[in-house]
Amino acid sequence: MNIAELQKKLIAAARIPPEGSDRVPYTFEKRVLALIESRPAPDPWVGWVRGLWRAAASCAAVALLLGAWTFLNPAASTTDLSQNFETTLLASVDQSDQAQ
Amino acid sequence: MERTEAELIAAVLRGDTASFEPLIQKYSPRVFATARRYARRENEVEDIAQEVWLKAFDKLRSFRGEAPFEHWLMRLTVRTCYDFLRIHQRNREMPFTDLSEPENDWLERFAAQPETTSEDADAAKLLIGRVLERLSPEARLVIILLEIEDRPVKEIAKLTGWSVPLVKVRAFRARAEMRKILAKMAREKYL
Repeated sequence: MNIAELQKKLIAAARIPPEGSDRVPYTFEKRVLALIESRPAPDPWVGWVRGLWRAAASCAAVALLLGAWTFLNPAASTTDLSQNFETTLLASVDQSDQAQ
Repeated sequence: MERTEAELIAAVLRGDTASFEPLIQKYSPRVFATARRYARRENEVEDIAQEVWLKAFDKLRSFRGEAPFEHWLMRLTVRTCYDFLRIHQRNREMPFTDLSEPENDWLERFAAQPETTSEDADAAKLLIGRVLERLSPEARLVIILLEIEDRPVKEIAKLTGWSVPLVKVRAFRARAEMRKILAKMAREKYL
């Protein structure tokens, strides 16, 4: 059987639109409108809440990753984190002391 | 006095939902004709059309009025039909042993005299329906738009949201997939 010819014939058959292919069911537009009107109005807070939850999840993931990296990285654990934190926090005070 | 499409759309956007009705009435025949190419069962066709109009209502604000409303709506329709195909992938692995008598007769006539066999036969339409059902969603979409509806590649790219090279690649693969299915059908019939 000539497959290429069969393909052409069947495509040609599909090109002929069946009778009534654009038929629309009775009162279809009324049903769509009724459906639109019966849907609950969108709550503006839903978007905010969804966004905040996503942001919270991302922040938690970043915090976990950084925590894990701090504990598992041997180079990072050699320095005293609390000492570094204190130095950074009090840097402006130290600078003003030195200036006097 | 009859209101223009732009006036109707503006009214819907201001909250007058009833102004959406004339748009549904005007364009539903096109939406249904398109949906009937992708779904066979009437309840599925109606579900697709309903989904298209609900999406159109929800996304109406994104319609900028630069192109005709009909083009925007057809893009939405084609994409909804594609989603439908992806969700309802069935009958793809079914054998061709359940062909009806007219379909078998048509195939036998074609095998004997390919040139004189009429394509305007119900059996040929049933056969192409079976073949399309066995195609992957991408292949079916491309075959319908490119081969059956005879649309240019650029237009298909706009309708589907795919790039022009991607449409060409998918068209090449779709034709090959279709030939494979037809070869399988011929083999199952004559083995």
